[in-house]
Amino acid sequence: MSADRERKAAKIRHLLETEGDAVFENTTHVNAGRYETNSHRDDIDELRTRAREIKEDAIERLPELVETVRESVEANGGEVYVAEDAADANRYITEVAESKDAETLTKSKSMTTEEIDVNDALEDAGVDVTETDLGEFVVQVADEAPSHLVGPAFHKSTEDIAKLFNAHFDTDETLETAEDLTQFARDHVGEKIMDADVGMTGANFVFAESGTISLVTNEGNARKCAVTPDTHVAVAGVEKLIPSIDDFPPFAELIARAAGGQDIATYLSLLSPPVDSPVVDFENPDEPLDRSTDDREFHLVLLDNGRTEMREDDELRETLYCIRCGACANSCANFQHVGGHAFGGETYTGGIATGWEAGVHGMDSAAEFNDLCTGCSRCVDACPVKIDIPWINTVVRDRVNRGTDEEFDWLVEGLTPDADPGGVDLQKRLFGNFGTLAKLGSATAPVSNWLADWGPSRAVMERVAGVDRRRDLPEFQRETLVDWFESREPLATAGDADREAVLYPDTYTNYVLVDRGKAAVRTLEALGVDVSIAPCHESGRAPLSQGMIATARENAERVADSLDPHLDAGRDVVAIEPSDLAAFRREYERLLDGERAQRLAENSYEVMEYVYGLLENGADPDVLAGGGDIAYHSHCQQRTLDVDQYTEAVFERLDYDVVTSDVECCGMAGSFGYKSEYYELSVDVGETLADQFEAQNVDQRRLVASGASCHEQLESLLPQDSTHPVELVAPAVERVPRTR
Amino acid sequence: MRTDTIDRFADSLSGADVACTRVEAGAFADALDDVVEQPAVGVPLDIDGVSLDDTDVEVPPTPRLLREAETGVTRVHGIVDYGTFVIQADEAGAEPVSLYPTTHVGVVRASDLRENVHETASWLGEEFDAGRDSAVLATGASATADMGELVSGVHGPQRVHAVVLTDR
Repeated sequence: MSADRERKAAKIRHLLETEGDAVFENTTHVNAGRYETNSHRDDIDELRTRAREIKEDAIERLPELVETVRESVEANGGEVYVAEDAADANRYITEVAESKDAETLTKSKSMTTEEIDVNDALEDAGVDVTETDLGEFVVQVADEAPSHLVGPAFHKSTEDIAKLFNAHFDTDETLETAEDLTQFARDHVGEKIMDADVGMTGANFVFAESGTISLVTNEGNARKCAVTPDTHVAVAGVEKLIPSIDDFPPFAELIARAAGGQDIATYLSLLSPPVDSPVVDFENPDEPLDRSTDDREFHLVLLDNGRTEMREDDELRETLYCIRCGACANSCANFQHVGGHAFGGETYTGGIATGWEAGVHGMDSAAEFNDLCTGCSRCVDACPVKIDIPWINTVVRDRVNRGTDEEFDWLVEGLTPDADPGGVDLQKRLFGNFGTLAKLGSATAPVSNWLADWGPSRAVMERVAGVDRRRDLPEFQRETLVDWFESREPLATAGDADREAVLYPDTYTNYVLVDRGKAAVRTLEALGVDVSIAPCHESGRAPLSQGMIATARENAERVADSLDPHLDAGRDVVAIEPSDLAAFRREYERLLDGERAQRLAENSYEVMEYVYGLLENGADPDVLAGGGDIAYHSHCQQRTLDVDQYTEAVFERLDYDVVTSDVECCGMAGSFGYKSEYYELSVDVGETLADQFEAQNVDQRRLVASGASCHEQLESLLPQDSTHPVELVAPAVERVPRTR
Repeated sequence: MRTDTIDRFADSLSGADVACTRVEAGAFADALDDVVEQPAVGVPLDIDGVSLDDTDVEVPPTPRLLREAETGVTRVHGIVDYGTFVIQADEAGAEPVSLYPTTHVGVVRASDLRENVHETASWLGEEFDAGRDSAVLATGASATADMGELVSGVHGPQRVHAVVLTDR
C-alpha cells in the first residue's frame, strides 16, 4: 500500500476506534429524528422548493442585497463591513474589540468564525474568548476542532466530556452525568457572558431590507451574547443574505427539522441590531434596566473569503445555498461511522464540506476528504435546499484529479481508454475504466479470475492500485448477457407484444452477475413484453465515482447513441442496476444535451419499477414466483429516486414476507469498498447493516439486494448468498419456451 | 372559534412541555400569583385592564433581579401550530426578562394568537415596518444534548408557562 493510502487508512482506523461510537450514536439519533419529524408533514418538498428558490434568487442578487443591508443596518445605527478574506475580517473585529478596550468576549456558535480562526486573532490581541454553545465550549476546553456543523462535540461521549472537565476544572464534586456537565458548563459560561465586554454571534440568515440577523439555537446562548453586552459583532458569510422577513417561513420550518428533527428550533431570534433591549450591566446590579444608558454598538461583518468566486462558478455556486444544518452529514453512512475529523477539512465537515473547503480554503483542503463521499446520494433528499451535494463532490474530485501529478502517469497515459487527462491516479483510472476491465476479464475467463485471485497478483494490485486484498474480486463470466441473449432464438410472440422494452445491460450484469440479467429477460417476457437488448456500454457511473467527468461524458454519449434508436422506436428502457438508472435520471442532464437527457430520463425504468407498472396494467402476477421469507436491502440511489417502493410493492403483491433494512447505505458503494485506504471503513459501515439484519433474525430468510455492490457487501458480511429481486420473482427457467 | 384556537394552542404548548393557564382579565392577578414562583421580575404588559401592579412581580427589572429571580413575566404573542411564544424586544427589557430567570411566564391575549409561522412572519413584517424590529420565536424551555442526553434549562429558562387571557 502506498504511504499516502497507509496514512489515510491509519487515520480512519484511529478515528473509528476513538470517536466512531459517539459520532454514530449522535448522528444516527438526529438523523432518525429528521425522518420522524418530516413524516408528520406532507409539504416538506414544497418548503424545500421554496427555500431553494429564495436562495437562488438571493445569490443571484447578492451585490444588490449587500448594498441594501448596508443601508438598513446603518439606518438602524449599526455598521456593516464586507471583509475580503479571513485576515481582513480578523483585523476589523480586533480593531472593534480594541476600540472598546475589551478584555473579554463571549461567542455563540458560528462556523464562519471558525473558518477565519477569529479566536486566535482575538487572543493574540489580548482578548479572552469564551465559546458559549456548550458543544463548542467542550471543543474549546479540549483544544480540538468541531467535528460537525451543528454538534461540534458529536465525537465525544458523556464519559469523554466528564473526563475532560474533571481534569480541566477544579470542581467541588466529580462531574458524571449529562445533567452535571450541562449545569457546570452553563454556570461557568453564564458568568463569562455576564462579564463580557463584547458579544459575538454568527447569523443563520441576514434579512437585507430590515438589517435583521436570524440566530437559530436551542440553548439561548446566542440571545444572551447578542443582547447582554453593549457591543455586538455578528460575523456571517455574505451568502447568508436573504431579501426580507417575508422569506423567513420556509427556513424557520425547515432548519431545525433538517438539523435535528425538531418541528421548530427552541429559539429563532430575529434581531435588528443595535436592538432596543437595555444593556444589562451586571457590575451595577441594582440599576433598573429601563433607566440604564443605551449606547449599543453593532457591527455586521460580511465575509467574502472566496464566496464571490464560488458565485461565479457554475458548479460550486450551489454550495452557497447551504443553510448549515448538517443533514448531509447525518444522512451519510461514512460520516455516521467516522465523523467530521476524517470527513471534513480545515473547518467544514460532511457532504457539503467539499464545496465549502474548495471555495474558501482551496483544493488541498477539499482533496483530503473528498473521496469519503461515495456518491450514494442519500444526502440529496436530506438537504433542505435541494443541493446536489454528490455532484459538487464529483466536480471537486475531477478538479483534484486534474491538479495531481502521479508517478504512474507514464505507465497508464495512452494505455487506458478514458478521456481524462494525465494526473488521474492509477487507482481511480482502474476503477473508472471498469467497463474495459470487465470486457477483458470476461473474454479471458476463467484464466482472468484465477490470475486476479492469485496471491502475487493481489499483492501487486494492492501495492500499485490500492485494491485491498481482503476483498473478494468480482468473478467474470465467459458468456456475457448480450452473447446469451443474441444466441437465443426469438420467442414465438416476438413483435406481437403490446409493450416493447430494451434492457440496458450494465457492466456488472453483462460480465459478472449474468443470471440477474437472464432473470430480467425471463420476467419481462413472461409478463408479455417484447424484449430487446442494448450493447453493453459503461453508463459513466464508474468514472463519475472517480471524478473522471470527461470519461463519464464520453460513456454517456455512447450509451445514448445506443439507446436513441430504441427510444425512436418507442421502446421503454429498463435498467437493472439502480446506480445506472440514477445516472440516466440524475447525472445525464449534466453530461448530455438537455433534450436528449430528458427523453432518456423520462423513458427509463428500474426493472422492478417496470414489473410493478406491468402488474398494475393488468399483467398476470401468477406467472411470477411468489411467497417466501426474505430480508431485503434496497439501494441508496434507488431510495433517493423513490423507486425502492416499487420493489417492495411487487414483493407484497407476490405474498413475500419481507424484512427491510433502513440503514442509510451498505458501505460498499461501487469501488469504495475495494480501496485499501477505505476497506475498513466500508466494512464498519456494512456491519451496521449486517447487525440490523442479524437483530431481526434473518438467518432463515433469503437475502435480497438491488445493487451489485450491496450484493457483494452482504455476501461478505453474512453467511447467506444474496440475490437480486428480479431473480427472486423470475419464472423458473423451464417455463420460458424456446431458449436454446 | 376563539376557544378552538386556544385549545389548539394549549395542545401545542403541551407538546412543547409548556403549561397553560386560561384566565379572564378580571381574575388575572390572582391567577398569575398562583403561577409565579418568588422572587419574580417582569416588564409592563401593556394590555388593557391587565397589569403587574397588583401582583407579586417586581417591576422594573435590575441585573440583580435577572440573576436571582425564579420567574420572569413578559407579554408575548403566540403561534398556534407549535405553541411558540413571540417575544418582542423592547426598552423595558422583555428580552432579558424572558431569558435569564429559571421560569418564563408569557402572558398572551387570545387575540394575539396566530395560526402558523407564515401568518406570524406577515405580522412581524408590519411590526418591523413600525419600528418594533426585533423578536424571538421561543418554543419551550431552552435545551441541549451537547453533553449526551437532552437536558432542559441551559442558558435560557428551564420551565415555561403560558397565561392566556381568554377575553382579550
